[in-house]
Amino acid sequence: MSARFVAASESELRPVSPLRLALARFVANRTALASAGVILAFLLLALAAPWVAPHDPAEADLFRRLQPPVWSAGGEWAFALGCDGLGRDILSRLIWGARISLFIALMVIGLAAVIGTLSGLAAGYFRGWVDTLVSRLVDTLLGFPYLVFAIGLMAMMGPGLHNIVLALVYKEWVFTCRVARGETLAAREQDYVEAARALGCGPGHIMLREILPNVLSPVLVVATFRMAYVIILEASLSFLGLGVQPPTPSWGAMVADGRDFLVDAWWVSTIPGLAILALVLAINLASQGLRDAFDPRLHPS
Amino acid sequence: MTMAEPLLAVRGLRTVFPTRRGLLAACDGVDLQLAAGEALGVVGESGSGKSVTFLSVLGLIRPPGRIDAGEILFEGRNLIRLPAAALRTLRGRAMALAMQDSLSALNPALTIGTQIVETILAHGLARSRAAARDRAVELLHCVGIPSPDRRLNDYPHQFSGGMRQRAMIAIALAAEPKLLVADEPTTALDVTIRAQVLDLIDRLRRERGLAVALITHDLGVVAERCDRVMVMYAGQVVEEGPTAEVIARPRHPYTRGLLASLPSLEDPDRPIDAIPGQVPDLTHVDAGCRFRNRCPLAVELCMQPVELRALGANRLSRCIRAEAVA
Repeated sequence: MSARFVAASESELRPVSPLRLALARFVANRTALASAGVILAFLLLALAAPWVAPHDPAEADLFRRLQPPVWSAGGEWAFALGCDGLGRDILSRLIWGARISLFIALMVIGLAAVIGTLSGLAAGYFRGWVDTLVSRLVDTLLGFPYLVFAIGLMAMMGPGLHNIVLALVYKEWVFTCRVARGETLAAREQDYVEAARALGCGPGHIMLREILPNVLSPVLVVATFRMAYVIILEASLSFLGLGVQPPTPSWGAMVADGRDFLVDAWWVSTIPGLAILALVLAINLASQGLRDAFDPRLHPS
Repeated sequence: MTMAEPLLAVRGLRTVFPTRRGLLAACDGVDLQLAAGEALGVVGESGSGKSVTFLSVLGLIRPPGRIDAGEILFEGRNLIRLPAAALRTLRGRAMALAMQDSLSALNPALTIGTQIVETILAHGLARSRAAARDRAVELLHCVGIPSPDRRLNDYPHQFSGGMRQRAMIAIALAAEPKLLVADEPTTALDVTIRAQVLDLIDRLRRERGLAVALITHDLGVVAERCDRVMVMYAGQVVEEGPTAEVIARPRHPYTRGLLASLPSLEDPDRPIDAIPGQVPDLTHVDAGCRFRNRCPLAVELCMQPVELRALGANRLSRCIRAEAVA
């Protein structure tokens, strides 16, 4: 038996989980892969902010007030993306701001996904009054415009990092809940759920061990997709001054800081705006790639 | 409990489902008995109540469906009176279900090994995950899956149809139940694989004293594998008896009709006699014989309620003209 034959049969025998198949499809999608690369770059920047940022993000130097970026006249490499109205280094603030934006987005999505998935599972599996309770709550929350809802909550709770996360989670879980509930409704009618019941499994076991693995991929897709919205919302709140308080850098607040100088010093608002655009676009494209990778209807085997 | 007492005894079981047209009694006054080590064939067309009867036994009737009347005695305990939690521990441990479509009955997101191990652990039959895994290997080996230790890590879609069916039986048997309800376990399989799966069930029955209820519409399978057969029609048991006798001399016109509608190998040119007409609407049945609208022997008296009555040793028929059926 030749070595090649052995190799082929070995790879055939290796277990292939649905998740691994989806991952392989995701990696084969170049746009999605590039977007994932952009997200990863932002993440690394955010994590490494203390070592990567050239300056202290809060350090103001009025002599450098509105100093243009390096490619314009008067710019210099030490402050590559120029300085804002207080003479703070925009690049450093951008890097530290990524930390805030991504931290908030990940926290909100993480909490919302856990709450949404569990409540959706319970609503879809138990039906009856549990479903009525959860679904009516979801409908009620969906009735509020998201931003207005978040502004109201922030006004009540006051600004601050934790409060932003809370204000956004209050409504954000609704989106994962709806998906998880729908998927659970479909999954609970499957034979394998009936088989698990026939084997004497309780509701907790069936929900978490039988149904959850099957609803996880659509929940994952929605969660990544929603992350882009959360980043925009956080930026909007910070733009309105309801978010993270100065001098902590946040992209939304940076855009707001530059409003007064939009004609003379366009870079102060535009550069953080472009960062938001790049990250949100990358997340959207990556989540689309995820959806394509998970949706078997688009990939007949 | 004496030896003579059956493992499972069902009396007067009536399971109903509310529908827009009224209450539908999917099984109505079903009596049956099943002893350890016995194989009972349950035959009938779709909608005859054969699956509902055994889903009721397992306590798997979903609301709004409910058990309306009757008793289900398992080892002398009435399962209908049992609280849900106690019934749950019996499921899997004392009685198990093997389904028709193994592809959908196995969780696509979990490996075969995980599914067996979880079942073993859920019933507390192994002290550790490693022990449960050893037991899972043993089980897969027992149902005849080659190199079971490696196949444990496979997902259901990597198994062939026959292997999936056997893996499902392995899962069903993980907690060593005393009763296996096999709901059309071989309908989706080709003939050679079907024989393998049935051989497996046969062997487990002989070696472990497993009681088997084989639900099928294939009289051929019943003839080969079951000592006793129960024929159901429109939610009622219409005939019961030793398989060989029932097939040789049916005592109910429906059974005779079923036999006549089978193609014959000895006489391939014999025309196949389908039973004319349709099953009555189960929301609107009267007390009379439910088969009379399709029955060639029907008489005026068939309007009257018909009881299941004994015809000699071990034979039961729900037909007033049972003696006239030839």
